[in-house]
Amino acid sequence: MATITAQTGTERVNYLNVRTTVASWLLTLDHKRIGILYLLGITFFFLLGSIAAAFIRLELSTPKGDLLSSDTYNKMFTLHGVIMIFLFLIPSIPASFGNFVLPMMIGARDVAFPRLNLLSWYFFMIGGLLAVIATVKGGIDTGWTFYTPYSSAFAKGEVSLAIIGVFLVGFSSIFTGINFLVTIHKMRAPGMTWFRLPLFVWAMYATSLIQVLGTPVVAITLLLVAVERSFGIGIFDPNRGGDPILFQHLFWFYSHPAVYIMILPAMGVISEVIATFSRRRVFGYHFVAFSSLAIAIIGFLVWGHHMFTTGQSIYAGIVFSFLTFLVAIPSAIKTFNWMATIWKGRVHWDAPMVYALGFLGLFVIGGLTGLHLASLATNVHLTDTYFVVAHFHYVMVGGAIMGYLAALHYWWPKMTGKMYPQSWAKLAALLVFVGFNLTFFPQFILGYMGMPRRYHSYPEEWWALNLLSSAGSSVLAVGYLLPAIYLTWSLKYGRIAEKNPWGARGLEWELVDTLPHPHNFERVPIVTRPAYDYAHPEEPTAIFPAPRPAYVGGGGKDG
Amino acid sequence: MATPHEEHTHAQRVSFYAKTLWVLMVLLVLTVAAGFVKMPDWLGIAVALTIAVSKATIVILNFMHVRFSSKLAWLFAGAGFFWLIIMFAFAFADYASRHWEPEQGW
Amino acid sequence: MSVREAELPLAEHRREVPHLGEQYETIEQQNDAYTIGMWAFIVQEVLFFGGLFAGYAVYRFKYLYEFVAAHHTLSIFFGTLNTFVLLVSSYTMARAVRAAMQQKHDKQLKYLLWTIFFASIFMVNKYFEYSEKYHAHLIPSYSYSAEKVIHYNHLKVENGMVDLGARKVTLEEFTGRTKLFFSFYFIMTGLHGLHVLAGIIVLAILAVRAYMDWVRKVPHADYMPVEMVGLYWHFVDIVWIFLFPLLYLMGGQ
Repeated sequence: MATITAQTGTERVNYLNVRTTVASWLLTLDHKRIGILYLLGITFFFLLGSIAAAFIRLELSTPKGDLLSSDTYNKMFTLHGVIMIFLFLIPSIPASFGNFVLPMMIGARDVAFPRLNLLSWYFFMIGGLLAVIATVKGGIDTGWTFYTPYSSAFAKGEVSLAIIGVFLVGFSSIFTGINFLVTIHKMRAPGMTWFRLPLFVWAMYATSLIQVLGTPVVAITLLLVAVERSFGIGIFDPNRGGDPILFQHLFWFYSHPAVYIMILPAMGVISEVIATFSRRRVFGYHFVAFSSLAIAIIGFLVWGHHMFTTGQSIYAGIVFSFLTFLVAIPSAIKTFNWMATIWKGRVHWDAPMVYALGFLGLFVIGGLTGLHLASLATNVHLTDTYFVVAHFHYVMVGGAIMGYLAALHYWWPKMTGKMYPQSWAKLAALLVFVGFNLTFFPQFILGYMGMPRRYHSYPEEWWALNLLSSAGSSVLAVGYLLPAIYLTWSLKYGRIAEKNPWGARGLEWELVDTLPHPHNFERVPIVTRPAYDYAHPEEPTAIFPAPRPAYVGGGGKDG
Repeated sequence: MATPHEEHTHAQRVSFYAKTLWVLMVLLVLTVAAGFVKMPDWLGIAVALTIAVSKATIVILNFMHVRFSSKLAWLFAGAGFFWLIIMFAFAFADYASRHWEPEQGW
Repeated sequence: MSVREAELPLAEHRREVPHLGEQYETIEQQNDAYTIGMWAFIVQEVLFFGGLFAGYAVYRFKYLYEFVAAHHTLSIFFGTLNTFVLLVSSYTMARAVRAAMQQKHDKQLKYLLWTIFFASIFMVNKYFEYSEKYHAHLIPSYSYSAEKVIHYNHLKVENGMVDLGARKVTLEEFTGRTKLFFSFYFIMTGLHGLHVLAGIIVLAILAVRAYMDWVRKVPHADYMPVEMVGLYWHFVDIVWIFLFPLLYLMGGQ
């Protein structure tokens, strides 16, 4: 039987052209197509969330609340938060790129449960749709945090509908997590031992742990809010014997680890990109791998740092504060290791690497400012100010979205068979970096000076910084718009990409064609080298065995 | 025409499952009996939870075949309950320690 | 995972286990994957119910006397009966799984039907319990009244204050806090009941398949669906194993 060879043009069967009906897409079981479906959905929701952001920054460009009424402004930042967190950041890298490359990276033909994968996408889209409908029907103004008793007893609007939407999206996340955990445990090719895995896989594993362990708690908590709203039961309403702090405990038990769902995959991408474009194995591979797990586990023990000023016991606060400092350590370890990888590498500054560099700078700032918030005393001053807003945007946008863009630019040729214009891509990366800093750095200062978050008007003395921030956001917007344009352009007019345009190591580059075959590999490969083996370029990471009668899937002695 | 893999199931003798049920019944009697014994609340909770955890463990090991399953299944089963404990412990620590705060001045 | 030489060619392996997915190499790999996948699903269910248990624990800690007073109105008889019924259903489920593994489809069908039977008894008991609560105005809605709780515990109410022995609370507080107990009672047992119901539906589907496997005398049917549903069913039993003492028994009678 002919092996899959790289051929130009579209004569070769690939995952895009094997069947082209709408049904073949909507009923696909191919992880690559599901990844693309997610990519489209995520992009759509990012657009919606960005529009909300635009309104926010527009309103804040003048001190008076003159563009939107207070209620509408509340709905705007709620919409921005709910969409960006639940419908964009949480699924972003795992559901799109994780789905696409994870099986290839480990030498598998698909994920463990392809039908669950498709179901997960439907839950995502339907949940997202419900959230959009809730918005169209008037929206919600509770903030993405749904704090009680406002959300459960007083808020008007489509809270319950939005909660159902988030609930469904949560299950989408859980199913993806289950799928990836089992895939990574059970479907690695022979020879693919744990410590030969690309670090992206370690990151996806850690992320999946959080998705499975954390999401159900926020699911039941939000369900209780909906029940309280619908049946008048006072679970979190102090007027009826309830405790709003209980809501916060249960809510943040998930929502803090959730931020690690957002950042760990981006860190995984950065490991891949930095290794490839430094032509070096990631420095301290084991440290980086274990740090991913450490972040996932310790990340479950720090949620009280969102509640220092709520009346939570001060002793609990001390413990949470200490553990929050602790969780910063593995992130720092990773950052040092990435820098050490670049330090002695032969660096190629292609577009994905430029985004990765942007990640490093912005994530460091975001991470360090987290320490200001972790410290009990300073937290009292900074809580609910723009300092917090700046901090989490630095890590979630400067970190996670930069990682997402890096992934997009890195795996684009593999997914589409086309290459985009490098110079435009680098320009976009620069614009994102500059625009981002212009937008969010002033917010650190504003927060320190006392500007509260979630307010649409502010004293005149803060006008200049707010105006700067809003101006910066327009630069950022251009930076985001550019990839939308040149990437779409490349689909039709881009140069045809070869199998391994970056000269990277890894199964998805060495063994899988650009525009992969529906089954990725004709036969399961046997892995013979560790990841990132740039020191031995003449040895392939994995080989296809000569056609044998049979063998078993899994890592082990044959390596 | 049994193929090799067919013989490697977890099926046990009937007596294995029957004995398990008997033990669970005994524990059920204990559970109810303990509910009628007067004891301080914290002890009541401890006793109830101990018996419940025993029952759950027996169901997990025997009926759910974890006793015969891979270490990975053990790990997954254990992780869920361990994570539950984390959530309980830290949330409770807040409530339980709120009244430790000194009322007036240090 | 270890690599081993299979005794038969791979294509022939796929022919004799037609339920082997394309993404898997051997049936062992697929079965292992399904097992830990199901466990991962159960883990998230544990956390799902766990949130409710955590909320219940916190409120019981805060409002011990009110919660104890309220829980006295629960029927130990029905609670014990239901625990008994579910434990037996776990046994019959385990027997069904065993029969499926041995390809004894008639036994498999029989034990699946027994499991559905016991599960249905559970639901019928639930109905009796819930309707009794409804008539006593203990369902936490706008018509809730703490009257039954006060009456059942022989509590003295004077000047709008309820005497709980160790302390006195206003009638309003007492009403709100006992209502909180019943909120948790109904949400926890209700959610559990929904899981039982879903289980019954899936068991019915399995029973139909078992019947068809029996009639068609399928020699190597896939027993994994039965085993996986079995895991789910035992989990549902375990949730009840915790619900029963914590809701019905603790705090004395």
